[in-house]
Amino acid sequence: MPVIESNGGQIWRRRDRTQTLLRWGMWLIGTAVFLYCWKQISDATTWFFVWDAPRIANDIWTRATPPKWEYITQLGRPIWDTLNIATLGTMISLCIAVPVAFLAARNTTPSRFIIRPLALLIIVSTRSINSLIWALLLIAIIGPGVLAGVVAIAIRSIGFCAKLLYEAIEEIDESQVEAVTATGASRWQVMAYGIVPQILPAFAGIAVFRWDINIRESTVLGLVGAGGIGLQLQSSLNVLAWPQVSLILLVILLAVVISEWVSAKVRGAII
Amino acid sequence: MLRLENLVKTYKTGDQALKSVDLEVPQGQVLALIGPSGAGKSTLIRCINRLVEPTGGKVWLGDTELSALGQGALRRARRRMGMIFQEYALVERLTVMENVLSGRLGYVGFWRSFTRRYPQKDVDEAFRLLDRVGLLHMADKRADELSGGQRQRVGICRALIQQPDLLLVDEPTASLDPKTSRQIMRLICELCAERGLAAIINIHDVALAQRFVQRVIGLRLGAIEFDGKPDALSPDVLTAIYGEEDWEATIQKADDDEEVAAQ
Repeated sequence: MPVIESNGGQIWRRRDRTQTLLRWGMWLIGTAVFLYCWKQISDATTWFFVWDAPRIANDIWTRATPPKWEYITQLGRPIWDTLNIATLGTMISLCIAVPVAFLAARNTTPSRFIIRPLALLIIVSTRSINSLIWALLLIAIIGPGVLAGVVAIAIRSIGFCAKLLYEAIEEIDESQVEAVTATGASRWQVMAYGIVPQILPAFAGIAVFRWDINIRESTVLGLVGAGGIGLQLQSSLNVLAWPQVSLILLVILLAVVISEWVSAKVRGAII
Repeated sequence: MLRLENLVKTYKTGDQALKSVDLEVPQGQVLALIGPSGAGKSTLIRCINRLVEPTGGKVWLGDTELSALGQGALRRARRRMGMIFQEYALVERLTVMENVLSGRLGYVGFWRSFTRRYPQKDVDEAFRLLDRVGLLHMADKRADELSGGQRQRVGICRALIQQPDLLLVDEPTASLDPKTSRQIMRLICELCAERGLAAIINIHDVALAQRFVQRVIGLRLGAIEFDGKPDALSPDVLTAIYGEEDWEATIQKADDDEEVAAQ
């Protein structure tokens, strides 16, 4: 009861007394929990290393600069591999994601109780495992190399693309589908005329967005042996060749900036 | 030509949208379906081409009974019924020409339609229709670039290129301004007369309906309340269909329109 009658006037408060007390109580408990956790973390930290951090960071910085520019000759091939892993992986995943999305969307699925849950299971299971872990698994199965990276990226991307795509399919304007159906079109024609044109912009946006993410993910896949520039990064880290590491990081940064620029351009052109 | 027998539609929620509707539409008759929102007008139209599955009753189009048809036969039957929609329902991202040609989808195979290689006579017919409704110069524009009236004309072309026997028209003028509404109604009625088409037109605007059609059906709570000539629509009849209201103005307005048109 935020309105209180008092000698003739009506006083309005946002909350009444119990609500105010309750909120104070909640804040108090929250602060106490936060401080307790802080204390636990602090006890578990070796503070010597933390106080030492600026010196070490500075040490690594001086070792890593300037980057070893002549090493670039050995990076051309790995960065090309990385780009290929991302691009091929995205393409393969899209080929699988499109049918999965149609099976998962409420308005296009052939069966709500059997096929749709299956499609959703594919989406959830591929999405929930990181591409590095997929790569680790796949290296054990198909051996180290670029192929493992491509497949890892492809599997990881299926769920992401299919989920965004099936949401786009569920949001289409049904009246256009109805109109195409009313002409006597077959199931596939209804799909090609009533649904596909409506989701095409979303599809292109999703494809480019995922490709952009995959370039970043594929740069680290080499860390576990799945090909690409990550392999060079790991071997350089292993031998503490800091000038090489800094050059690799620069190359990765450049690749990511370029991919962002390309995807922004493509998205702008489509929509 | 079209005959509905005891048509019933009960939605899953238990709402009875149509309670045993009987209706016969002869060849070439243009008929307006009026009634308050929720009276079942849209449901009735959609039960005919089975965009909504009727719960009971029969729909005869010529000698074909539609409610029992399998998927393939239903598609062939749908080709004989052109449909025009309230919000035009054009495929927005396709061109005007593609939208018109999509009326032929029931006649061409999947690959031909997918690759847009329609038979030349369909393309000729599409150009002829676009010319007829005055949109020939718009053929290459994307559908979402057109105004409301232009879109509805494209919708009309899409329905007519099917070479239908019957037009099902769902609120063709509800999203249009008064002048465009009349032009569209006039166009639909002219085209029906030219081709000897029967049409069922759902419409909210009683005065507009009175002006253009030969027969009016009043629907109330899923049952036919009135069936007769447009000039038989008296205030009493309108009260029976829509409920209590001062109807003189509505009917009067229609008469005024007639005079204005005559002058």
